[in-house]
Amino acid sequence: MTLSAQIALQLGTLELRADLEVKPGELLALLGPNGAGKSTVLRCLAGLAPIDAGRIALDDFVLDDPSTDTFVEPEQRPIGFVFQNYLLFEHMSTLENVAFGLRARKTPKADARRIAGEWLERVGLAEYADQRPRALSGGQAQRAALARALATNPRVLLLDEPLAALDAGTRSTVRRDLRRHLETFDGMRILVTHDPVDAYALADRVAILDGGSIVQVGTLAEVTAHPRSRYVADLVGVNLVAGVVAQGVLTTDAGDHVVIADALPGPSFAVIRPHSIALVREPPVGSSARNTWRGTIAEVDRLGDRVRVGIDGRLPLTAEITVAALEALQLRPGDDVHASVKATDIEVYPA
Amino acid sequence: MLRIHRLLVTAVALLGFLGASCGSDDSGSEATDVPAAGPSVSGDVTVFAATSLTAAFTEIGDAFVVEHPGARVTFNFAASSELVTQIGEGAPADVFASADLSNMAKLTDAGNNAIEPVVFATNLAEIIVAPGNPLGITGVADLADPDLIVVLCAPEVPCGKYAAAIFENAGVTVTPKSLEENVKAVVTKVTLGEADAGIVYQTDVTAAGADAAGVQIPADINVIAEYPIAVTKGAPNADGAQAFVDFVNSEQGQKILASFGFVAP
Amino acid sequence: MSRRRRRGRRVGLPAPVLVLAVMAVVFFALPLIGLLWRAPWSNAWHYLTDDDALTALRLSLICSLWATGLSILFGVPLAWLLARVEFPGRGAVRALCTLSMVLPPVVGGVALFFALGRRGIVGQYLYRWFDFTLPFTTTGVVIAQTFVAMPFLVITVEASLRQLDLRFDDASRTLGASRWYTFRRVTMPAVRPALVAGAVLAWARALGEFGATITFAGNFPGTTQTMPLAVYLSLETNPEEAIVLALLLIAISFAVLVGLRDRWFGRTDRPMAAT
Repeated sequence: MTLSAQIALQLGTLELRADLEVKPGELLALLGPNGAGKSTVLRCLAGLAPIDAGRIALDDFVLDDPSTDTFVEPEQRPIGFVFQNYLLFEHMSTLENVAFGLRARKTPKADARRIAGEWLERVGLAEYADQRPRALSGGQAQRAALARALATNPRVLLLDEPLAALDAGTRSTVRRDLRRHLETFDGMRILVTHDPVDAYALADRVAILDGGSIVQVGTLAEVTAHPRSRYVADLVGVNLVAGVVAQGVLTTDAGDHVVIADALPGPSFAVIRPHSIALVREPPVGSSARNTWRGTIAEVDRLGDRVRVGIDGRLPLTAEITVAALEALQLRPGDDVHASVKATDIEVYPA
Repeated sequence: MLRIHRLLVTAVALLGFLGASCGSDDSGSEATDVPAAGPSVSGDVTVFAATSLTAAFTEIGDAFVVEHPGARVTFNFAASSELVTQIGEGAPADVFASADLSNMAKLTDAGNNAIEPVVFATNLAEIIVAPGNPLGITGVADLADPDLIVVLCAPEVPCGKYAAAIFENAGVTVTPKSLEENVKAVVTKVTLGEADAGIVYQTDVTAAGADAAGVQIPADINVIAEYPIAVTKGAPNADGAQAFVDFVNSEQGQKILASFGFVAP
Repeated sequence: MSRRRRRGRRVGLPAPVLVLAVMAVVFFALPLIGLLWRAPWSNAWHYLTDDDALTALRLSLICSLWATGLSILFGVPLAWLLARVEFPGRGAVRALCTLSMVLPPVVGGVALFFALGRRGIVGQYLYRWFDFTLPFTTTGVVIAQTFVAMPFLVITVEASLRQLDLRFDDASRTLGASRWYTFRRVTMPAVRPALVAGAVLAWARALGEFGATITFAGNFPGTTQTMPLAVYLSLETNPEEAIVLALLLIAISFAVLVGLRDRWFGRTDRPMAAT
């Protein structure tokens, strides 16, 4: 049973277009900057937001299809949802929270409570069964929310930033626990996060959602090896230039040129690693580096012995030099500077 | 600090004594001759009067001010029983005009009247019905019909007492649907069409004009409502109060009362 | 040192504020004390066991409870509509439904006349077709009381519904609960403190209702003479009796208000509020 979704939705100024496919047993992480529409994708899958066009289906069970006027209400979908702030019902005990879904689906009260009790055991919260959610810590509440979502035996589990509400200290412990619990679930799992570490630790595959569209899909290694969006480039910490390659030169939309070494013609991405960039005060004369761009220093960030220098200009770049070099050149924000890169130091791949 | 404290207390006490001894002039002054159309009075005159006197007294008030340009008359119309309670609790009335003798008696017994009350008008009770008398009510006996919606004044209110006396005279038992707290409320219920009939004063029927019709009650079972008027003891404006009472009893005042249907005593 | 701290513990309120607060308490206590002082304790029992008084009391309690029940039955859905459903003219509808809170009660009574009286817009048909009239009936009393009391409940519950986080509804539905089940087991329990507070306010308002009742329903012992009416009328003939009846009404209201535990009104930290 595969979850396949083609979502097209206009949400205010955001135009969301996302195509996903998740197989049973697979955990897909939706990664991207805030405002990209990640949570909206989950809401569409859960039925909390109808799509404008497209189709969401679990194999033959169509959940949402505007062209045939099909829409299955959230309560009819075999989907479990763990919300960002857990949203445990505060007027019930933890046990009653976990049993809520079962009782809503007409399971007799005694059975529901028994099953809920088993789930609490499984996530290690048995002793909090009769306490209100108020009494639970962040990590405990997350486990309770997970148990509550899984108790109804859904086919798909959706998690919206499950670790965002936790402080940094507890996050790694809870992440480990979450991984353990998620592994016991054999359905499809989609996790939304803005933290790549979550994706790294928990996901099989990653889909990068940026500005309403999915720009990259693959394992995290694949995605970070060949960034195809500014977001991933920033994640990895490299400079990304997009353009069209022709006769050894990549030309950006703005008309800037990047001289490169052996690449196939056509739309491509060029990755310039910060440590490959040399900074010079005067334009270099007689240098083998084929690329020199002019810019102004925007910011200077020290990281131990290295310095990251942000350069504004026609081609914005981040360069990495040593502290000694910084001091020798006396570079300050606002100074004019030339960035120089060898063509052989630039990696290019098709878009 | 204590000395100043004591000084202050003494000063306040002294002032208090002085204030109390100055007090009201009324108890000390002599009763002067009050001519029929005496010198012009001024100031506020507060008149507490029974509801049934509303229209008549308002016109009398206007005429009074013409005679005494420096004066201003304020009225408080309500059920006589309520007015008696208010005066008893210290309401600042100069004049009290009641719709029956017993309420005035309550005031006199409590020693709240400055002079002997004088009956200045009488009124008769009448059955009030919808315009044109659609249900064809002929007399008090018809009011006993249980299908009829009859409203009366509450027994504590003068017109309620009169109604009870009339029913006793006629030997009928009437079960009203509501006991209103003043006679105007009975009129309103009938003119609005909520009630079929009620017992009010004939002056009220006249005042209702085209909105209601009346059915006369035979003199042998009807009661005569006597309206006494008096100046209250401790009236803030005793001269003005007396002038008003005199005006009500004067030819002009009596003419106005007659025009509204009141009968001379 | 800790002992001195405990003994000299401050109330925690700045002095001027405290003074004003105390003055407010005195302001409320004084009339009650006045009543207690003038009460004819020797005759009190006689007045309390008077048939008319007990009838008026029973009528007041029955009518006010009915009015509260109706206020809940109709008021909660109305509050829901005003809080959750966006429709054109919502502000006007809200103002209309809470109008009777600012209307002088007598005006309300007169207005009810013109709607439900024998010649009223709707009332005339009730009379013509079903021979049914509302004025001068106990039902009329309940109607008058409901008219003035319901807005209190609507306002309280609507405010509470507005600040509920809607995402709890989402969570409930993803767990498989229908809209009705969500309303029953998630929304209603969350607004329960506001519902209780609103119901108490409505009940108190209904119990004390005078102007609309006497204008619309009339005044007759056993049918429409509620306690406030009885007190008002007895004030004219027998102020002592009026005082005793008034104290009785106060005692009952006081008992109810004190008996309602703080807990039922909810904790001071708002549960399930939208953050």
